Amino acid sequence: MKKLILTAAILGLTAGVAAAETVRMGTEGAYPPYNYIDDNGQVAGFERELGDKLCEMEGLTCTWVTNDWDSIIPNLLSGNYDTIIAGMSITEEREKSIDFTQAYYPPAASAYMSMDPNVDLKGGVVAAQTGTIQAAHVAESGATLAEYATLDDTIAAVKNGEADAVFADKDALVPFAGTDGMEFVGEDVPLGKGIGIGLRKSDTALKDKFDEAISKMKADGSLNTMIKKYFGEDALTFN
Amino acid sequence: MFESCSDPSALHGLSWMLCYLTTGKHMLFYGSFGIVLILLAITAPVALIFGFGGALAARSALWPFKLLGRGYIAMVRGVPDIVFFLFVPIAMDQGLEYLKSRAVCADPGPAWTGNEFHVCAAAKIPLGSSPQIYHEIYGFGLAVIAFSVVYGAFAANVLFGAMQAVPRAQLETAEAYGMTRAQVNRRVLIPQMWAYAIPGLSNLWMILIKATPLLFLLGIEDIVYWARELGATKSQIYAFPHPDWRLYYFLVLLVFYLLMTKLSEVVLARVNRRLAFGQATAAGEALRKAGV
Repeated sequence: MKKLILTAAILGLTAGVAAAETVRMGTEGAYPPYNYIDDNGQVAGFERELGDKLCEMEGLTCTWVTNDWDSIIPNLLSGNYDTIIAGMSITEEREKSIDFTQAYYPPAASAYMSMDPNVDLKGGVVAAQTGTIQAAHVAESGATLAEYATLDDTIAAVKNGEADAVFADKDALVPFAGTDGMEFVGEDVPLGKGIGIGLRKSDTALKDKFDEAISKMKADGSLNTMIKKYFGEDALTFN
Repeated sequence: MFESCSDPSALHGLSWMLCYLTTGKHMLFYGSFGIVLILLAITAPVALIFGFGGALAARSALWPFKLLGRGYIAMVRGVPDIVFFLFVPIAMDQGLEYLKSRAVCADPGPAWTGNEFHVCAAAKIPLGSSPQIYHEIYGFGLAVIAFSVVYGAFAANVLFGAMQAVPRAQLETAEAYGMTRAQVNRRVLIPQMWAYAIPGLSNLWMILIKATPLLFLLGIEDIVYWARELGATKSQIYAFPHPDWRLYYFLVLLVFYLLMTKLSEVVLARVNRRLAFGQATAAGEALRKAGV
């Protein structure tokens, strides 16, 4: 009898799990404060909190997966995970291969950072992360582009003299300001159409769910509150 | 981990370091050394089996086996390792999911549409709802197969060569006693070939040890992944901020790999000596003269 109850309980449990839709959230885990691996080895940051909130609102069960930035789009397309929520700006180039939800972060300012306040941003060597909109912008600006796999590598390149300056999301660069004489230089550049969740083009139902939840969070102001929590009071917000 | 680590910002010097080195993230780093060792422990014997099968097939008197054995050796040895490592796991994963989708999906449409590979949720391996650990084990399994296929081909070539190196007179004597081909293989050829195979196989083992960082390329969180992640600059957003420490973490990996190869050299030298004993080879002759 005990065994029977136990079996029934297990059946009931697993049936419950199977009923809720599971969404695998893909992120890079190396782009604080958007997403990073905290000291316990868990994905953390703005996108973790936002993603969990969106999933909760839509009644989805979400699990988090990390993937290298370089292969983050191909692995979404081959179905290793269902979303990209990794500080990815919405660009026309990317929209050719994947779909985006509406932006959950406004078009962010990108900025240059260097150890030399008089650095030549148009003719020098500028480091950027491979496959980012910043890399594309540097290539067009006339400067020599030096590409690196991670944000950290771009910073290291400036510090050891391989590059004259680094060009990246301003929010991601803020923590490095003041370290080893690194300072913001030149003007900020707004790039892209904001940051959205990337999805396979065939996943329209999931896209609608996330769009709906983001709209709700924009309407009640909770998205702006969350942005301010991670990016400071001066951060860009939605009106 | 320790009670005193609850407020990292108040810590200094040694106690900070002690707490830093025992964070959950560092525990995952230490655990990932186990992943590398498990990979070696599984891949080496599986690759040897692949190699043994390949070598026997290549020597077979039946042409289909011969073709299969020789084809396997030639093809895998001829394609760059890294291409194979990237190709095998993706091809196997999509192939398995495709087959499963034909069996379990109610209306399996085309799996490859445009740039997407898409099968119904029930055909996913493992299921999307499975805990992350199953996804990791599955990915690790695919990696082991990729490693085994590649190193199996090299092992097959080494064993094939070793079988050819056994003196013909030994086999002829066995045949003269009326043994069948299978008996000759089992009783004379295979026991003797190891002495010739060990130098090549030990070389292969060394290369396999050094190839384990390729796990990182396959998206498995191995020691290289964690060394890069832990060493990267940590800003104030982390509990234990520090500058770029990747150099030190990679130094630890360097020492680990050097120790692994040194240990292997010692063990392999002993195995070599043991197998040369009583063999009609120069090493065996040297042992005989020394009166061992």
